[in-house]
Amino acid sequence: MRSRLWLELSGFTLLALAVAALPRFISDFRARELAIVGMYFIALIGLSILTGYSGQISLGHGAFMAIGGYTTAVLSVNGVYGHQIRDLWTIPIAGVIAGLAGLLVGVPALRLSGLYLALITFGIAVSFPQLPKKFDHFLGGTTGKILDLAKPPFGLATTPNNWMYYLTWGIALVLLGAAWLLVRGKTGRALKAIRDSEVAAASSGVKLATYKTLAFGISAFYAGVAGSLYAIANAYVNPDVFPIILSVYLVVGLAVGGLESLVGLIAGAGLIYFLQNHADTVARWINQLPALNLDPKQPGIPSMIFGVVLIVVMLLLPTGAGGVARRLFGSLTTRFYTRS
Amino acid sequence: MLVAAFTWAELAQQLAAGIREGAIYAGLALAIVIIYRTTRVINFAQGEMATFTTFIAWSLMNHGLSFWTAFPVVLAIAFAGGVAIERVVLRPVENAPVLTIVIVTLGLALLLNGLMSVIWGGANRQFHGPFSTRTIDVGGVPISVQDIGIVAVSVGLVVLLALFFRFTKLGLALRAAAVNPESSRLVGIRVGWMLALGWGIAAVLGAVAGMMIAPVVFLDPNMMQTILLYAFAAAVLGGLDSPIGAVVGGILLGVTITLLGRYVGFIGSTLKLPAALMLILVLLLVRPGGLFGRVAVRRV
Repeated sequence: MRSRLWLELSGFTLLALAVAALPRFISDFRARELAIVGMYFIALIGLSILTGYSGQISLGHGAFMAIGGYTTAVLSVNGVYGHQIRDLWTIPIAGVIAGLAGLLVGVPALRLSGLYLALITFGIAVSFPQLPKKFDHFLGGTTGKILDLAKPPFGLATTPNNWMYYLTWGIALVLLGAAWLLVRGKTGRALKAIRDSEVAAASSGVKLATYKTLAFGISAFYAGVAGSLYAIANAYVNPDVFPIILSVYLVVGLAVGGLESLVGLIAGAGLIYFLQNHADTVARWINQLPALNLDPKQPGIPSMIFGVVLIVVMLLLPTGAGGVARRLFGSLTTRFYTRS
Repeated sequence: MLVAAFTWAELAQQLAAGIREGAIYAGLALAIVIIYRTTRVINFAQGEMATFTTFIAWSLMNHGLSFWTAFPVVLAIAFAGGVAIERVVLRPVENAPVLTIVIVTLGLALLLNGLMSVIWGGANRQFHGPFSTRTIDVGGVPISVQDIGIVAVSVGLVVLLALFFRFTKLGLALRAAAVNPESSRLVGIRVGWMLALGWGIAAVLGAVAGMMIAPVVFLDPNMMQTILLYAFAAAVLGGLDSPIGAVVGGILLGVTITLLGRYVGFIGSTLKLPAALMLILVLLLVRPGGLFGRVAVRRV
């Protein structure tokens, strides 16, 4: 076990170094793109704790991201008692508020399993965009709220995009570390026990209600932080910034990254961003095939490709990128540790 | 919190509209329940499948076919499509965990949605239904012929389906395969094909629901998204494994939501969906199996 710990720690250090060094080699625009990938990554870590580890399905995580984003918008634009809060400090508050919302959803979720939970959380995802429309004085309605453009604090000499990159990935690494500590410890074991058999877990003294609700809260906290960063980077929020389909995309990212592979989720996050923003590239690749002629700019293309990727991944690689990596490198690393 | 002057005639009209809405939800909810009963899968692609077949109907009618000529053709295509989807996409993950199956049907929904945009474009289209929108006077309440037609078709469909499940050998085989696959296999029922048949029937139900709702709203690739959610709510309300429950749940939901939207000012038209969600959430907490459903007892 000890050597496995070293392996994971050195892997984490390598990742941190790569993250720190990367902006030197890429353009400002790419830094912005990678910042957004980092936001999806944060949300996916949360979703992985909930779905991968505790086995509860959520098709409503886009709504928790939206709660985070709107919290940031309200705090930094409306302010509290007319006192506007700097966007940086709204991030933890956004996480906590989304986390509280998650706990709130987690309570009824205790009594709903599998498909019912999927349906209810999907309902949350679909219902949420109605709220800003209803409370339009406070939340800005369909037009939304405009935030100040993100700028580096303390007079740091870096571009706004680079700043967002460092901010997002800094937070992502901290939260990744926290998630890693969480899932390898007592909580992680309890969650996995619940996922594998609720009855067995309860018989062994795992408090189902506590851990399942906790998983929802933590996972929503991650989504809230991601949503807050997303709002800051976009500098505006409206219902279309957090569309219903976002919740589905997050599940896609989770499936592609691997349900319980924290680092593998980076691949999932990258895919979400890539397919949303570069679907025309993919369409051009597909057009290389004979007898196909897709218009790369057509609006249905991303959704179609997402669908195909999702089905193919589930049919061929049910363990996602993380599982594939484990299988590829497993033979090299298993002699360091036994499989848990 | 009454928003406008209350009249009995208007209440009756709202009720009629609610029943019409409810009939549509019931149709789609029935499709969801059929698939759930036969395969224990919730089909998140049900709405997209319905819209897709409605687009096929639209294309056929655009090529000069009348609605009632196109109707059986579309149903046949829907049936074949449903069977094919089960065979190709769902079969390989038959024994996989719930999450995998949910993800696969979500993938299917995305794929079909994208495909519709690519083939037919994202614009709204007018779909001319079989019934006129002229209103007739029923006991002093003006109700459109279209509404009556939609309810009649939905009710007819439910009756047909009930007869099929009760009085035909195939219906019995379908039920048997769902309740006890092992024993059914032993008496010679081809369980795998029964599952595919279940998908086929569900696709047909969806196609009917789609062709009924399309004249009321406009036809576009996302037409069924909210309706599907209400249908899920209706299915859960009635109990996921009860066809009668799906119909009762659908009508009940349609009426409740319409009345809430009309008479409770706070809910209005924007909060209808969250209201429906709260409704099922509360019901599920009180009766976890829905109104007509059975609760599985877990054995330790």
